[in-house]
Amino acid sequence: MSVAEAPLLMVSEVSRAFGGLKALEGVSFAVPRGVIKAVIGPNGAGKTTLFHLISGFLKPDRGRILFQGQEIQGRPAHAVAALGIARTFQLVQLFDHMTVLENVMVGRHRLSRAGLLAGALHLPWTRREEAAIREQAYGALELVGLSSRAAQPAGFLPLGLKRLLEIARALASEPTLLLLDEPASGLDQAETERLGELILTLKARGLTLLLVEHDMSLTMEVADEIAVLNYGRLIAEGPPRAIQRHPEVIAAYLGSDWQE
Amino acid sequence: MPSEIFGAVLQYLISGLTNGAIYALIALGFGIIFNATHIINFAQGEFVMLGALCAISLYQVFPSLPAAFLGSTLLVTLLGLLFERLALRPVKDRSPLTLIIITVGGAVLLKGLAMLWWGKEAYNLPPFTGATPLHLGPATILPQNLWVLGVAALLVAGLEAFFRLTLTGKAMRACAYNPVAARLVGIPAMRMVQLSFGLSAALGAAGGILIAPLTLGVYDMGTMLGLKGFSAAILGGLGSSLGGVLGGLLLGVAESLASGLISSGYRDAVAFFILLVVLFVRPQGLLGGRT
Amino acid sequence: MRGARLALWGGFALVLALLPLGWRNDYYLSLLNFIGIHTILVVGLNLLMGYAGQISLGHAAFFGVGAYTSGILTATYGVNPWLALVAGLALAAGLAFLIGVPALKLRGYYLAMATLGFGVIVYIFFVQAQRFTGGPSGLSGIPALSLPGFTFHTPLRLYGLIWTATLGILALSAGLVDSRLGRALRALHDSEVAAESLGIHTQRLKLLIFVWSALYASLAGSLYAHTLNFVAPSSFDIMFSIKLVTMVVVGGMASIWGSLLGAGVLTVLPELLVVFHDFEVVLFGAILMVVMIFLPRGLVRGLLDLWEYRHFRRESGGVSG
Ligand SMILES: Nc1ncnc2c1ncn2[C@@H]1O[C@H](COP(=O)(O)OP(=O)(O)OP(=O)(O)O)[C@@H](O)[C@H]1O
Ligand SMILES: [Mg+2]
Repeated sequence: MSVAEAPLLMVSEVSRAFGGLKALEGVSFAVPRGVIKAVIGPNGAGKTTLFHLISGFLKPDRGRILFQGQEIQGRPAHAVAALGIARTFQLVQLFDHMTVLENVMVGRHRLSRAGLLAGALHLPWTRREEAAIREQAYGALELVGLSSRAAQPAGFLPLGLKRLLEIARALASEPTLLLLDEPASGLDQAETERLGELILTLKARGLTLLLVEHDMSLTMEVADEIAVLNYGRLIAEGPPRAIQRHPEVIAAYLGSDWQE
Repeated sequence: MPSEIFGAVLQYLISGLTNGAIYALIALGFGIIFNATHIINFAQGEFVMLGALCAISLYQVFPSLPAAFLGSTLLVTLLGLLFERLALRPVKDRSPLTLIIITVGGAVLLKGLAMLWWGKEAYNLPPFTGATPLHLGPATILPQNLWVLGVAALLVAGLEAFFRLTLTGKAMRACAYNPVAARLVGIPAMRMVQLSFGLSAALGAAGGILIAPLTLGVYDMGTMLGLKGFSAAILGGLGSSLGGVLGGLLLGVAESLASGLISSGYRDAVAFFILLVVLFVRPQGLLGGRT
Repeated sequence: MRGARLALWGGFALVLALLPLGWRNDYYLSLLNFIGIHTILVVGLNLLMGYAGQISLGHAAFFGVGAYTSGILTATYGVNPWLALVAGLALAAGLAFLIGVPALKLRGYYLAMATLGFGVIVYIFFVQAQRFTGGPSGLSGIPALSLPGFTFHTPLRLYGLIWTATLGILALSAGLVDSRLGRALRALHDSEVAAESLGIHTQRLKLLIFVWSALYASLAGSLYAHTLNFVAPSSFDIMFSIKLVTMVVVGGMASIWGSLLGAGVLTVLPELLVVFHDFEVVLFGAILMVVMIFLPRGLVRGLLDLWEYRHFRRESGGVSG
């Protein structure tokens, strides 16, 4: 990475409180292009809150968030998504009553344009657009290895596959930055390993990833940089090796109900 | 002639406050259930209708007003408990859409059953004490108006005391404020939900019995009363008891003045006009904090 | 896939075309005409309820706006009926927009409340604004729709007109559901946050579909006015709004063909039960409650879901949340 290149995402002095509870306090960090950055921290450290702030589901009380040089803090979630930030959710959020393929097709929403009437009338150009959407959605399913399930309703998938489907759906929107909130939680050993491979494949394709993860071996394996949150504050940042030895990080984990 | 106008306005004020007191009772019923469950119970108005008609029927069998009042309130309260138990507790999908449709269905069903049982005619309940109007300056006031205002005030005060002073009442408020924490400290949320349905059914029934001597009791009276009580709750701030009272009285007076001074045909539209304006301008209502 | 679907629509159109041949009874034709009008209303409401997850408790008002705009403009002012129909559409869309913008900013119950209030006000207006609407006794003398040299004034001709419109609306709605925005609608019904996170402006989409369904209602209203040649307020009260909701519930949420079924069954049933006229209200209430308690996605849809559940549980054998 060249130091001169502007980072893809800049979080600067961001704070957010819920009532009296300071979920985030003056947090700043950067995500350079093409990097996998992990955010770790004990339960309740503010990781999900950070994701909500970046993706527009919450507004920060203070601070700025810059994506490709533009301020995005406080913009509505759909507007942030339109800029090329996609995400998954800690509690999987699928469209349960739609098929696996349709779920991913929704991911193409921002890149297609059929309106109400044109879509309803199935004009020649919207039919072509639909065919393209279908094909690209299939591609995303193949990437995560779910194409054999395409016609099933998403609600019936086992949790491991649900997480993969959520990633496929986010990928279908061709994001520049992908936020993954605990993608490995609920996965077994084998599934976690496959997830690690997928994450590395995505990086190889040029995607930038920001990852919240409790599974330390996965995090250490895939992350280029790690940021550590504790009680809403950033207490350390750096490459995995340095983080593992960081005294404050060790203290934070020993002082909590951390299990790994 | 200013004194004549004053008399007319005073007269409208009296009838407005009387109706408003009933709206307030209904609004409180909406608020209690909303606080406990976040459900808008569209069947609330039917409890009012049933209160009135049950009291009338009981009075025909056993002509004692206090007995009819108590008996009818008790019956309707039981019905409220039953409604919660049979129609709402088994529902797994708690989305607003589902809950709205169920309570709307409940309202329609109760109304339909009332029509089968009592027919379409209107029934009379004698006023609690006499029908000789009292003179209040240039206006007149019926003893029943005073009964409505007095009993409604007592009920509101009693309710407030229940919520602030008794353990059960405090527990209900705790559930409304923070259901998760309430469960953690061991408050049985389900009992509180049930209680809220019982309480609001009782309030509705009392409202119906109070107003019956003034307006007669008929199977379809509940729909309008319910919707107006609901408008009052929104106007005052859904879930706020002071707001419900204020909303009810304001609505009653606004309606009465508008129908007297502008046009009586649009009387019923006033409440809904206010409802729309409030929803659009200040959806949390006059005294509501959160949206 | 596409071929099968075209065959289905073709078959349905054929049945519609042949129906009057064997059944040239004016009573039955009129009944079918009402089913058609109700179907248009119910499909629109179903798009809103079943797809956007929002409810309108005042849909009868938009129906009434279409009916009265057509009625008043043609009967009182002699405007061309087709122009009047378009005016009704514009008015209904404008009103829906005015209500929808503020109400859809807020979650949950607000659209239900706002449409309920709107429904009552519009009804009162129909009753009270005697000068325009003819008051409680209604407005008569509404001319029939016509094309050059052809007037739609017999039940048979109206049947042709209404069912052409209904078929068009059904096809358009099925097309909509199976399109980019239709997918977005179903998505937001299942998870609004996920939909937002994929760039779907959920609030705008809900508004769009609310206005769209008001347009259907207004179209149905205009057809109704020109079919009966008379309109009265009682056709547009809250109870009718609730009946429409019941039709959606019976047909099943998010089901275009179910809407046809719901409208058909609940239009015919009260006719069969004329003797039990008083039971109608009880029946509607009971259907609403029982179906929604046990099958929140509606009767037909819910039964299909149960079947699907069994089927896929067995097939994937996995745990699901
Ligand atoms: N909407 C909210 N309202 C009130 N408090 C909240 C809200 N969201 C989060 N919090 C609180 O903010 C703090 C940070 O929560 P957050 O979900 O960001 O933690 P996290 O780091 O993602 O934890 P976990 O590892 O358990 O997912 C917690 O104490 C949480 O209870
Ligand atoms: Mg989290």
